Amino acid sequence: MMRGSGKAAASLPLLLCGCSIQHYQSTFGNAAEEARQFNTLFVIFLIVCAVMYAFVIAFLIGSIVRRRRASEANVFETGRHHATNPAMQTGLMVWGGVIGTGLIALAIASFFADRSMAQAAAHEKLSITVTANQWWWDFQYNSADVSKTLRTSNEIHLPVGVPVRIILHSNDVIHSFWVPSLAGKQDLIPGRENDISITPTKVGLYRGQCAEYCGTQHANMAFVVQVEPYADFIKWWEQGLAPARAPNAVLAKAGYQYVTTRECAMCHAIAGTTASATVGPDLTHFASNRSIAAGTLPMNQANIRRWVDDPQGVKPGTKMPKVPLAPNDLKAVVAYLETLK
Amino acid sequence: MSSRSRTSKAVIAGFALLAVAACHREERHNEPKPFNASIKAGESPPTISPGSARPSPLDPRAADFDNNAPAIAEGQYLYTRMNCVGCHAHGGGGMGPALMDDKWRYGGRIDQIAATIAEGRPNGMPAWRGKLTEDQIWKLAAYVRTLSGQPSKDAVSSRADAMSASEPQTLSKREPVKNADTAGR
Repeated sequence: MMRGSGKAAASLPLLLCGCSIQHYQSTFGNAAEEARQFNTLFVIFLIVCAVMYAFVIAFLIGSIVRRRRASEANVFETGRHHATNPAMQTGLMVWGGVIGTGLIALAIASFFADRSMAQAAAHEKLSITVTANQWWWDFQYNSADVSKTLRTSNEIHLPVGVPVRIILHSNDVIHSFWVPSLAGKQDLIPGRENDISITPTKVGLYRGQCAEYCGTQHANMAFVVQVEPYADFIKWWEQGLAPARAPNAVLAKAGYQYVTTRECAMCHAIAGTTASATVGPDLTHFASNRSIAAGTLPMNQANIRRWVDDPQGVKPGTKMPKVPLAPNDLKAVVAYLETLK
Repeated sequence: MSSRSRTSKAVIAGFALLAVAACHREERHNEPKPFNASIKAGESPPTISPGSARPSPLDPRAADFDNNAPAIAEGQYLYTRMNCVGCHAHGGGGMGPALMDDKWRYGGRIDQIAATIAEGRPNGMPAWRGKLTEDQIWKLAAYVRTLSGQPSKDAVSSRADAMSASEPQTLSKREPVKNADTAGR
């Protein structure tokens, strides 16, 4: 038992190191202006509070020692020794001064952090509407030109250095939008609109996660954020606007037939086909996502088959039903979904 | 301590234990049971029949869905997402018949409602077989029965998913089921 806990304690710093090196999902990622602000604030709070804490503990130890000496010397404590002891008087005044200065420092620091974040919000160049659902993320890239509006699910791309306004909605219960490496949490509340600004500063791949318990599959409600140079981002957006290509292979054609006419089309949309429902994730570029079912499985052929065959076995409670597919239909549907790049 | 107070304490403890045992609720079936999922179109069991023929016995699947809180909640989710609201509103009806009253043209039993959803009915009700799974159809049927207050009040939702002008389902009145095939008798 002792050895086990010792090992765990020894591996804890390693784990923390792992967080700071990877930055894939880390509050110390500092990959956006907002995260950097938060971390600066965190360091200031930590230092001020650590000094305060040290003072309190020092006074506590001092008073214990004093009391013990007094009882040994049989001195009666009046409780007014600060008035007679100049060192104590100075100490208390310094402490009061430090508390005042510390609180003012914290207030000023948080005021400036807040202010700079609000200023970033005024210069946004891109807006994304996020709609949270049990248990997946629906993203819509807004554009003044409606034909350029792009809908994706469970994966977003952001241009580096561009302030982005993220508008938050929910379709069912309260969720929370959280990409630890980029910014703090913000709730998505049904029936009202929230927002958060992010200005990514480092190119990379980051993981977002629902941060408000929202039901049985809360843990499997993740998404991927890819921060990339502006030119790459525009290219990705253009590609995203392209409708799904009609399949050529015989098997994929059979899958196309099934997906667009049967159960799948009741919930999913695929641009360029008759499937246009908005209940479930948009599947137009399904196979170019990095994961299946909001971060539940990595994207590959075997996992697409696993997911389509038995969603309730992979992600129990998910709104996607287990469709009793004949083996041939399953093969065809998987073959078609693979073409949705 | 007198023996009487000891006895009464034991009795209270006994009742408390019994009360805990009464907390059993229905089970949530994430994985649909492999019931006749392969019924072909038009082969739903004939739950309604014209004339004096006796109604068929209740489908055994009813036990898994009727009065089952998770099934009813899932049904409520599907009811709006599959746009039942478009014709039936939230039970009050519109282009389609009301679902909160006591009249059931094609039967008010859960298996009869499931058959109606699966096969469709004349004058506008589309067939959902092949569009929804059997499991989803039965969940929808379980929810439709709550609109007229059929299931027990501990199984229904006290809060509607959609904005609603009517009282919560836990307070709604239970309408007696008048089937078209029994109304004439």
